[in-house]
Amino acid sequence: MIVLAVETSCDETSVSVTQNGETILSNIVLSQIDIHQAFGGVVPEIASREHVKGITIVFKEALESAGIKAEDVDLVAVTQGPGLIGSLLIGINAAKAFAFAHQKPLVGVHHIAGHIYANRLVGPMQFPLVCLVVSGGHTELILMRGHYQFEKLGETQDDAVGEAYDKVARVLGLGYPGGPEIDALAATASPDIPMPVSMMDGYDFSYSGLKSHVINLLNQKRMKGEAIDVARLSASFQHAAIEQLIIKSRAAVDAYGAKMFMVAGGVAANKHLRQRVERTFTDVALRIPPFAYCTDNAAMIGIAAHYQVQAGHSTESYALKGHSRLKLTP
Amino acid sequence: MAIHVSIENLAAMQHFAKQLSTYLFPGFVLCLSGDLGAGKTTLTQFLGREMGIEATINSPTFTLMKTYDEGHLELVHIDAYRLENMGGDASLEEAISQAEVAVIEWYEHLLDNLPETYLTIHLRHDGGERRLLSIEGGGRYAAIAEALGA
Repeated sequence: MIVLAVETSCDETSVSVTQNGETILSNIVLSQIDIHQAFGGVVPEIASREHVKGITIVFKEALESAGIKAEDVDLVAVTQGPGLIGSLLIGINAAKAFAFAHQKPLVGVHHIAGHIYANRLVGPMQFPLVCLVVSGGHTELILMRGHYQFEKLGETQDDAVGEAYDKVARVLGLGYPGGPEIDALAATASPDIPMPVSMMDGYDFSYSGLKSHVINLLNQKRMKGEAIDVARLSASFQHAAIEQLIIKSRAAVDAYGAKMFMVAGGVAANKHLRQRVERTFTDVALRIPPFAYCTDNAAMIGIAAHYQVQAGHSTESYALKGHSRLKLTP
Repeated sequence: MAIHVSIENLAAMQHFAKQLSTYLFPGFVLCLSGDLGAGKTTLTQFLGREMGIEATINSPTFTLMKTYDEGHLELVHIDAYRLENMGGDASLEEAISQAEVAVIEWYEHLLDNLPETYLTIHLRHDGGERRLLSIEGGGRYAAIAEALGA
């Protein structure tokens, strides 16, 4: 089955052609990051306009570099949510237009299902598995007992981990996105400033206490005119942020007897997280997507769509709508 | 004239949210301000619960907006933190104008996108769990602000 997939949920315009849920024939990603960097974050209106500018070219390039014609496509897949509503709509309407013009079936894919299935690009999955989903908008632990069976074990009760990174980076005077900068600085210092530990029950997460603590600490030091050791503070924040993920993930893997542990989402690119995960999960199979597939891309949507249809989910009508918030349902 | 209310702890905040929920009407716009950690999201979570929303209401900063349609009224939760100095956003203006209940954190960044009247609650941290609330509203919200202070 050849899937043409479209992803425009945030600031990447991406179209991909994948085959049989495992092979990438093409994956074109047009990033807007340079444009949004000046604003310290993605600006929704600008994102929508840039998607409009880029989508046709990206469609054309995806088909050309896959070496296929529109008629060869068996299924059209598009990210339905969650994401910026204005951005989602560009991809959805483009996908609908293509599907309608060529009379192809259409499916809406959950963005997080896509991130999870980016791991399928590395190799087959082993069930039951626990997947830690970490990005600018998500911090969740998902249990999967089989393909396309998602059970949410816990999630952040306030800020997402990537969001805490961005906000802390902003008060530290670092650039956007905050993750890579904090990650790089943290590697140069020791994490010896005490940080609060989240007291969330079960598999839920919390990052607002940690974020507020770092901000208050900085404000106090600035008021007293004390020097701020940005590297040490970055290292201490990062240590606390990542340990919370490791502790909860380990507990979930043990409690559900998981055979495999996976990481998904943009924060999976964090080097410290990768190291900690590799050291903690030596007794189960481990999956972390390659760097290029951690961030938003349409290939992961195409792979997820393959399994979504195989699991018996029906295709959509051309009235498919976008959703800024969308539940990940089995 | 702003109405001032002192909230002693989380339980009192929950009670306040319950009281506030009795004044909601379709088209209600609630604007929240206060520093990081002042309790804007907590108040939104309590209000959402009173509206019959069982899902976790967490930060919408990344997508700027999250919609919850499983309650008695649909809740549109917006966080404009990231839109400082942007002068507003047309897609959020549309969402606010169509929302049954809109709760907007960091509304100062969206002043041009707000309707003519709305309720504002400024939250201030006052040691421990205590918060000081300053409530203000124009038009039909003026009476609601007063009732909340009574």
